Formats: sequence, structure tokens, C-alpha cells
Amino acid sequence: MKRSRLVMGPVLFHWDEDRKKDFYNRIADETDVDTVHVGEVVCAKRMPFFDKHLPDVIERLQRSGKEVVLSTLALVMNEREVNQIRDIAQMPDIMIEANDISVVRLLAGQPHMIGPYINTYNEGTLSYFAEKGAKRVALPWELPMSSIAALCGAQTAAEIEVQVFGRMPLAISARCYSARAQGLHKDGCRYVCGDHLDGMDVETLDDTPFLAVNGLQTLSSHYVEMSDNIAQMQNAGVTAFRLSPHSLDMTRVSDLYRQVLARKTDPEELRLRLKEMRFPMEFANGFLHEAPGAEFRQTRARRAE
Amino acid sequence: MELVCPAGTPASLHAAVAAGADVVYCGFRDATNARNFPGLNFSRAELRDAVKHAHKHGVHVYLACNTYPQAGAEEIWHKAVDDAVAIGVDAIILADIGLLRYARDHHPDARLHLSVQASASNEEAIRFYHQEFGVRRVVLPRVLSLDEIRTLNQRIQVETEVFAFGGMCVMAEGRCSLSSYATGESPNMNGVCSPAAHVHYEERGDTTVSRLGNFTINIYDSDEKVGYPTLCKGRFRAMDKSGYLFEEPTSLDVSAMLPELADAGVSALKIEGRQRGKAYISQVVGAFRTSLDKIAEGQRDARSKLSTLSEGQSDTTGAYRRSWQ
Repeated sequence: MKRSRLVMGPVLFHWDEDRKKDFYNRIADETDVDTVHVGEVVCAKRMPFFDKHLPDVIERLQRSGKEVVLSTLALVMNEREVNQIRDIAQMPDIMIEANDISVVRLLAGQPHMIGPYINTYNEGTLSYFAEKGAKRVALPWELPMSSIAALCGAQTAAEIEVQVFGRMPLAISARCYSARAQGLHKDGCRYVCGDHLDGMDVETLDDTPFLAVNGLQTLSSHYVEMSDNIAQMQNAGVTAFRLSPHSLDMTRVSDLYRQVLARKTDPEELRLRLKEMRFPMEFANGFLHEAPGAEFRQTRARRAE
Repeated sequence: MELVCPAGTPASLHAAVAAGADVVYCGFRDATNARNFPGLNFSRAELRDAVKHAHKHGVHVYLACNTYPQAGAEEIWHKAVDDAVAIGVDAIILADIGLLRYARDHHPDARLHLSVQASASNEEAIRFYHQEFGVRRVVLPRVLSLDEIRTLNQRIQVETEVFAFGGMCVMAEGRCSLSSYATGESPNMNGVCSPAAHVHYEERGDTTVSRLGNFTINIYDSDEKVGYPTLCKGRFRAMDKSGYLFEEPTSLDVSAMLPELADAGVSALKIEGRQRGKAYISQVVGAFRTSLDKIAEGQRDARSKLSTLSEGQSDTTGAYRRSWQ
């Protein structure tokens, strides 16, 4: 079996510069991931903090043999943000992941990636992107296994990628909910989203973990954990598997998923190890099973080979 | 500005036409449109009659085919587009790129509008849909401020339509899986948000609990009015504080901003609410008709009293005013 591509998605949270640099250095030096995403996806206001470090981070990742992909903003709303994505689209020597359709137009004809914030739900849309130069398409989170299989079956030139670990982005808004929770507005937000390394936990009024707020973005409280279905996805033709960064030890997380991709660790074992690293950690994979996304449906454990 | 009004049934369509709509929009009775509710929407025969009736009164009909076709089942959506063209609707409202390409390739003369579900929020995105698929109008997502809309209109060649009244998404439309996270059914895939089949109310002591799937969306004291558990309008807890984290149970009303929207270059106003009854449609459409006629005569304050019809106790101008963000 061809080696699956293990991908470290973009850091979605507003981590401080040192934490982010340290994160990328460790990914460069200590992991077996093939592809690393950099760039700000959630909020343009955060960009100035890390932009100055990006050239060094990219160079270090590339020197350690990683493919580096620059992910763009998911919601582009004004002239300033349009200019930012125009600048990004013109950057030489780096693969760009489009997370808004505006970027697709700017990248047409050159190799690029389609991110999970773009709605690729069916074969017609996938074929369109592949013809325009998309090399890899990361699928939206809410797709069931039947859709993933149908998209792989379309046999376009684009590789198919699925997120298998991490909180799922569920919504994006013009309004900043981190700011709103503290009585602030987006324009005077004091960057309070940075207080929460994995998003601000949101519970129902009867104390059930539900969501996580990350500035303009709302994520699931539960962590996607799809290792039960990784072999099935590999067989269907999914070639790239994304981990979404969190504040736990992502070098260890990436090792565990590499083991599952190589069928050397079984999913039960992986979940045990994850829970040792962070407890409580609720898992979810419902979308795959056409069930509520928050649910976790166990597929009978597969013995490691 | 053109007044674009909802109709979930033939009776509502007749009401909208009678109340002064310029355009009525509707959908087929299946998952191809974003108001796929039980008992709502049009059969092929009903749409044919509806178009005949509307055209007789000089009113246009748009068909919303604005969910995302399911992989392996795209022909259901292709058929909807083919039938809409054959029936003679005046425009088709689409969101999915594959479906836009299908419509352009198979029906080059059809007038295509971009649904709000495509979430085209900037000039480059709009240019993309215009150049690639010949889209003639874009329904703007409810994330832009009035200033941003004005700037946008100066830079694009297509018409813009904005939401004026009714339910309000606080998230960027077409990019929200909150509903399916709790229920398994989403606007993009199933044409529903927080669907009624997954809603439960429970009495707990003196309180009423509203639930969506396995999650509590709100708990009401006995003196509070119990509302429908739309996920993003629920009360939740974060950092030891409880409240309406995303948005209060409010709805959109821009009737006080109509002259500003016209000045900003907006071509059409959209009333939300294909799930509403014909009495509601008559009242809202009639009120907006009166306001628009006053503005056409040069009056600046054309506000009408509609707040009693809003979803909650209050209404908002949403993202159109920057302070909302």
C-alpha cells in the first residue's frame, strides 16, 4: 500500500509567537508528518503577530523535508482582506490552500489546494477544481463516508484529504464571539481569543460540553477521531489525513496517527493514549455515519497487523 | 430596489403577488432547496401554475435550488434545474459550483443568481462566479456592513440582493454545520437548520427546557416566553457566565435603512420566510411595498411598523451596522 500523507493543518487558535514558533520547530524536527500548513485562517486581525516569523518558519520546515502549504483566511470581507489574499496568491515557491472562493480565482491555472472551508460536496464541483489546477482537495467536515467514497471514485487528478483528528470548525461569522463573551466588539477585541489555547469551552445550561469558540469561528467541543475508519478511507482512495493542531503534544499525536495509518496501532489503543494526554477528551465521528456530528460510533476494533 | 418575496405554498405566492411583490421566490418539494420543510414548497405542476399566475400580474418568479448536491445523486439537482428552465422561471438561484457549471453548460440563456448559501462576501469571489458561470446577481451573505456593501457595489459588475427582513443567520451562510453537529441534518446537505423533527421540550421543575437532538438549547423560567431552539439563538455557558453567546432570539429588520441601502447600490431586497403563512407574507410584503413606493417618491423616512411580526421580542439591523460585529 502506498504511504498515506500525514498533514498538520493550520493552527486555528491565537497562540502567542513563542508557542507557535516552538510548535513549528518541533513539527519540523521531531515528526514524521509530510505536509505542514501555516497561515492565519480565522481572523485577519491576528495576522501581523506572526507574519514576520513566517519566512523563517517556512524555511525551517522545508529544510527538514516537509511540504509547506500556506492556508488563507476562510472569510474575506473587505478591501484590506482582499488585498491580503492577493498578496498571498502571488507568493512564489509555496503551495497555497484556498479557503475562500476569491482565492480560487486568483490561483486558477497554477498548482494549489482547495481547503475544507470551501464547499466540495460532489463530483461536479470536485472535477471543476481539479481542472483548474487543484492538486489536493480537503473535504468539508460534515460529509458522510458514502460521499467521501463517491468523491474518491470520481478519479479526478486531485488527491482527497480528510481531517481525522481535532476539534471541527462548524461555523464562521463576521461577529467575534470571544469578544462578545467579554462584553467587547471585534474592533476593540483586545485579542481575548488568545486566552484559550484550544478555544473557549461552551457548555449547555445543563452542563454538557457542546462547542468551543475561537474568535469568529465556532468549533465542536468534541474532538474528531476517525481512526476506526482510516483503513476504509485508505481503501476508498483517500490519500491525505489531516490532524488539526491543539495544545497537547502534537508530535506524539502525529506519531500515533502514523502508526494507525501504517496499521501498526489499533484505534482503541490510540484513543487510550490520547486520553492519557488530555482528560476529559470526548471523541466524535458522527458525520461519517450520517449521524449527528457530535456522536461517536464505534466500528468493531481492527486488530493491528 | 426590487422587492423579492418568499412563498412556501401556492397560497402564499398569490398573497405575495397581491401585496405588491416584484418577484416571488420558491423551491421544489425536495432536498434541492434550503427550506426543505414538511408540507412546504412546490410540485412541478404547482410551479407551472404559479409562474403563469405571477407573469399575468407582471411579477417574476425565481426558483431556489440552493443546497449542495449530494455526491452520487447529482442528477436530482440537475433535473430541478432542467425543470425550472422548462417551466419558464425568470431566474434560478444556485450555490454549488458543480451545479452552476451544469446550468451554464446546459442552459446558456438561463438567468443565474448566486444564493446566499455560496457566501460570496468579497469582490474577487463575486468576480469568480460572474466570469466562470455568468452569474447576474449575488445574494450577499449577512456578514457585510453597509459601508462594505457600498464599496463592493462600486467594484463589481453584477447586481446585489440583500436580506431585509425575517430570520437572520449570525454565521456566514453555507459555511455552517452547527445544525448537523446536533441533529445530523444541515442547511447545505438537507436544506434545513435546527429541524423540528429533532426538537423536544421538557418540563423540569418550574422550568421549560428546549432541546435540539441531545443538546439543551435553552432553559426558560416560568415567567419567560419559550422560543424555538434555533441553535445559534440559544443560551449557553462560557467562562462561568450564561447568556445568548451568539445572538439573542432576534430577527432582521432593515426597514429603517432602505434609503441607505438604495444609495449603496443594492438592486434588490429579500424577505426571508418561505416557511411563513400567507397572512404574514401579505403583511410584510405590503409594508415593504408601501415603504419602497414612498422612497421612490423621494421620502427619506419610509419606516413601517413591522416589529410585531418579528421572530423574537426584538429586531436588529445585524451586520449592516458595524457595531454588531
